[in-house]
Amino acid sequence: MKPEWKEWAQEAKAEFPKANSALLPLLHRIQRAEGWLAPETLSDVAELLNLPVQYVESVASFYSLYFKQPVGKKVVHVCVGLSCMLAGSDELMHRLEEKLGVSQGQTTPDGAYTLLEAECLAACDLAPVAQVNLRYKGPVPPEKADELLKEEVSS
Amino acid sequence: MSQTFYLLRNREVPQIGHMDVYREHGGYDALKKSLAEFEPEQLVDLVKRSGLRGRGGAGFPTGVKWGFLPKDGRPRYLVVNSDEAEPGTFKDRELIENNPHQLIEGMIISSYAIGAGQAYVYCRGEFLKGSEELARAVKEAYAAGFLGENILGSGFSLDIFVYRGAGAYICGEESALLESLEGRRGNPRLKPPFPAVAGLYGMPTIVNNVETITNVPAIVTHGAEWYTSMGTEKSPGLKIMSVSGKVNRPGNYEIPLATPLRTLIEEYAGGMQEGRSIKCVIPGGSSVPLLMPDKLDTPLDYESVLQAGSMLGSGGCIVLDDTVCIVRAAARLVKFYREESCGKCTPCREGTYWMTDVLDRIEAGAGNEADLDMLLDIADNMNGKCFCPLGDASLGFMVSAIKHFRDEFEAHVREHRCPLGAKVYDTVNY
Repeated sequence: MKPEWKEWAQEAKAEFPKANSALLPLLHRIQRAEGWLAPETLSDVAELLNLPVQYVESVASFYSLYFKQPVGKKVVHVCVGLSCMLAGSDELMHRLEEKLGVSQGQTTPDGAYTLLEAECLAACDLAPVAQVNLRYKGPVPPEKADELLKEEVSS
Repeated sequence: MSQTFYLLRNREVPQIGHMDVYREHGGYDALKKSLAEFEPEQLVDLVKRSGLRGRGGAGFPTGVKWGFLPKDGRPRYLVVNSDEAEPGTFKDRELIENNPHQLIEGMIISSYAIGAGQAYVYCRGEFLKGSEELARAVKEAYAAGFLGENILGSGFSLDIFVYRGAGAYICGEESALLESLEGRRGNPRLKPPFPAVAGLYGMPTIVNNVETITNVPAIVTHGAEWYTSMGTEKSPGLKIMSVSGKVNRPGNYEIPLATPLRTLIEEYAGGMQEGRSIKCVIPGGSSVPLLMPDKLDTPLDYESVLQAGSMLGSGGCIVLDDTVCIVRAAARLVKFYREESCGKCTPCREGTYWMTDVLDRIEAGAGNEADLDMLLDIADNMNGKCFCPLGDASLGFMVSAIKHFRDEFEAHVREHRCPLGAKVYDTVNY
C-alpha cells in the first residue's frame, strides 16, 4: 500500500460519505497512478474503505475500464460500434493489430501499447473514432493508423 | 443553414464553457429569475406546461415525473444521467464538453424546483474530458456564488457532485446508475419502487438526462408558451438529433420536434454520399426498429415515429445506404448488447450471445435455412422476459431487419456468402 492512498481514501470518503460511493472514485485515482489494479491493490482498497475484499473484486470486475491486468503506457480503444463500422473501424483495428503484432485485448511485449475494442464511444460524428488513454482521437480512417499510434497524449 | 441555437449555443459562441463568457451571453440570468420570481412549485408547473419530455429515450413528461416525489420531508436528490452510450447517440457529450454551465444552471434551477439539496452528474467512464469540464465549471459556479450555502441570498442551498462511472452501458438505466453511484455493480433494481420514491441512498430521487435538464434554463427565460410554440401538442419543443452513418455531414443538429426525417438527413446532415441511396434509417438509437425509405416524410416527434413503426428514443439517427449489408449491421448491433448485458437475466445474457453467434454465422456464409426462424424464436423468448429493457432493446433492429430484408438474409444462406461482398475479418492470433 502506497502512503498517499490513505489520504486519497479519506478524500474520497469526505466527498462521498454515503453507502460505498467512495469506491469507484478511489479505484479511478489509484489506477491513474498505477496503470492497473493488481489483486493486492484491491485488497488494500478493501482495507482502506473497510469493505470485504470479495466485494471490491466483484465491483472492479463489473466495469470494463478497471484493468485487472497490466496495460501498456498507451491504452488504445478502437470504437467498433455500428456507425464506426460503417466508416471503416474494422479495417482500422485490423491494421493496428498488424502494426503492433498483437490481437485486440492484448498488450505489446515492450509494454508500450494495449489494444482494446470499445463498444460505442458516443462520438459517431468522429467515426471511426478511437481513444488513447481516454482522450478522443477522430476521425481516424484506417490509413491513419500509424498517426494514431504516434499521437502524444496528456495523462 | 442559419438558425438560432438554444441548446447548442456552443456552436456560435466560442469559449461559452467558461463562466465569464457564459455570463456575457446571459448565463445564470435564468437562475436569478427562478430564485427571485418563482416559488418551487411554480417552476414545476412551468416545466409541466412546457410539455418538456425526457430526452434520454423514454420521453416521459419531465414535470409529471417531478410531481411524483412524495411530500414526506425526507431529503431529495437530483441525479443527471450522462452515461450516454446508446450507439448512434452523442449529444450529451457535446453539451457537457462545450457548455457545462448550461447544464449546471439547469441543475440548480431543477434542484430548487424539486427541493433537492444535493445533485449529482453521473458521467460514463469514457467521458474523461466531459467530467473534467464539468468539475471545472462546478468550481467556477461555487466561486461565483451560484452553488453552496444560501445561493444569491435566496435561502436555497445546493451542492453538485461530479461522478464518473467506469465503462458499462447498463448504468444508463436509471436504477443501475443509482447502484453504481452507491459504489456497487451496475445491476438494475426491481421496480417499483421507482427512484422518485426510493432512489439514491433510499431517498426520493429524480433522474433526468443531460439534454432534458439543459432545456430548463431556456424554458425559464423564454416561457412555456415559447416552448409549446414548437413541435406538436404532445411533443413540444426542441430536440438534438445525432446523425451518423453514410451521410455527408454527421453531427448533432438542434431541431424543433416534428421536423421531417427527410429534412434532417437531406438538409441538416448534407444528404447521402455521392451516388448512394438510403437503405434504411435507425431514427432513435440502436435500440429501436429501423424505418424504410418510404417513411422519410415522418415528422420527428414521439407519436409520429411510433406510428411509423419505430421510436424517437434518444435521437441517435444512424443512416444506412445501399452498400451496407443488413446482416452485418444486425450482427454488430446485437454484439453490442451481448457485450453490455449485465448477465443477471438468463434470456438477455444467453439470448444476445446466441443471436450474435447465429448472425455471424449467416454473414460468414455458414448459415442454414432454419437460422432465420431460430433468430425470431430466440427473440420471442427474450421479449418482455427480462428485468430491465436491455434485452428487449437488443431485438428492435434485428427483428425489423428480418421483416424488411428477409430476402437478403436468405441470399446469404443460399449463396453461402455475403452477396454485398462485405469483408469479414478473421481474428488473427499473434
